[in-house]
Amino acid sequence: MKIAVCVKQVPDSWVEKKMDGQVIDRLGVDAVLNDLDEYAIEEALRIVEANSPTGSAGSESGHEISLICMGPERATEALRKGLSMGADNAILISDPSLAGSDSLATSLVLAKVIASGNFDLVMCGTESTDARMSVIPAMLAERLGWAQLTHVHKLDIDVSKSYAQGVRSTEIGIENISADFPVVVSVPDKINVPRYPTFKGIMGSKKKPLIIKTLDEIGFAAETVGMLAPWTAVNDVIPRPPKSKGIKIVDTGNGGNELVAFLEEQRVI
Amino acid sequence: MSVVILVDEFDGKVARSTGELATFAARIGDVTAVLFDENLLPQLSEFCIDKVIVVSDANRNSPAEVAQVLSQIVKEKSPKAILVTSTITGKEIAARTAIRTNSGIITDAIDLASDLTTTQSIFGGALIVKARVQSSCAIIAIRSNSVDIDVTKSSPGIERFSGSISESLERVLSVEMAAKGNRPELTEATIVVSGGAGTKGDFGPLEEFADSLGAAVGASRAATDAGWYPHSSQVGQTGKTVRPQLYVAVGISGAIQHRAGMQTSKLIIAVNTDADAPIFDIADFGVVGDLFSVIPQATAAIKAKKP
Repeated sequence: MKIAVCVKQVPDSWVEKKMDGQVIDRLGVDAVLNDLDEYAIEEALRIVEANSPTGSAGSESGHEISLICMGPERATEALRKGLSMGADNAILISDPSLAGSDSLATSLVLAKVIASGNFDLVMCGTESTDARMSVIPAMLAERLGWAQLTHVHKLDIDVSKSYAQGVRSTEIGIENISADFPVVVSVPDKINVPRYPTFKGIMGSKKKPLIIKTLDEIGFAAETVGMLAPWTAVNDVIPRPPKSKGIKIVDTGNGGNELVAFLEEQRVI
Repeated sequence: MSVVILVDEFDGKVARSTGELATFAARIGDVTAVLFDENLLPQLSEFCIDKVIVVSDANRNSPAEVAQVLSQIVKEKSPKAILVTSTITGKEIAARTAIRTNSGIITDAIDLASDLTTTQSIFGGALIVKARVQSSCAIIAIRSNSVDIDVTKSSPGIERFSGSISESLERVLSVEMAAKGNRPELTEATIVVSGGAGTKGDFGPLEEFADSLGAAVGASRAATDAGWYPHSSQVGQTGKTVRPQLYVAVGISGAIQHRAGMQTSKLIIAVNTDADAPIFDIADFGVVGDLFSVIPQATAAIKAKKP
């Protein structure tokens, strides 16, 4: 079985994010592997481990986990982290003409790489912690013509039957859904607890294949690159007007009543 | 020029968010609503809708099938925009429709102007972004609770969708409706009361307080991870984003990840024993105190005011 995990490098979600003009400032802050992608990597590793004769991932497992990423060259740092967790290899599509790409272009590039790789499963996190659109998995399913099992907090894979089943919780309710391979899966953070890379994993990751390719090298003809231009223009980015300082009281036995008095004053009740 | 809106239909009802989409769409042009359950037609007359396209042979719960319907409508009617509600499946429908029609897409909008400029609130509400889709049709997903609904009644004309739809590749084995109880849905509620680590697992007083206000109940990640409240009620970066008129954070310290899901609420109230909890930085009204005495007292005070 071949599993692709789509990952992204994002500004660290624990620090205050800033804008550089009309795009997210990615240079001035620490860049890390998107937290939410770690759950997808972990789930891919668990699937392989459960179906490996040795009980572990890697070349003896008979399965392969590839990380796929689009981003600047420094995104190799995020990919190394994924490799140190246990993925087998990684491909980074990095091209100056991709700077400022929107989700349409990103999904086009990722789908192109996935389509050429003979994968059975594509795993994604539910969103990146920077753009937070949560649209890439559905876009990949649409572009590839594959089934989608998105936002599944429980996933069962039957490798012998090329079959995936999952449970998802959406505004519709709790759905139990299934599909045959190939499938695009996205998993939320409640599905598992991602492992920390071990020292051995970190050392081993340095020897794992990590290839950087340009658009030309993944087979985009020069004339199709125009299709990658963003369809969305940002006109303005305005810091939110600072919130006027609120009232803070210490409860001395009447806090609940004072709270209700405030609600009345604000005409909420 | 027309704008197409996708009706939100759940549990045999047209959701309130549909009225918000109609209100935004009417700012731009004629409003065409796409409806899957014909029985809900009468409910649409509550909103400013000019025309309804009724779709019978497709599954409203399948993003792949709904996207096929919407993209065929884009090809036939050339609308200026398609508006959907920014929910999990709403965004997937928008995403797939954008691919099928090669249109630009904006999600999580909180406002839409007549020239199709959207407003989004990003980084947990720290920044406001104004953006505009450049393609001939704009696919826009709008968060609920973003606008007061225009309640102009209408008697829309009806048209039947005639395209053919190929069945989605996923099989739905079972669906269990989200337990609704008597409380409103979290992302649609005008008041949300959320509990965190400070509740120590006892949501009783908080639920009673929520019910006295007709509020939805949410929870922080700490509370859902501890198993005190369902994950579907989690508010925050990895849970739901809410934007109610009033958000009451009870026993929640207010980590960045939680604030990302509620910071743009109109009015924020916090109750916490720790006077230095970051939640107080964004609260309009904060009570430093024990929630187990403050909240029941507040509940009693609200109940006393009701006839």
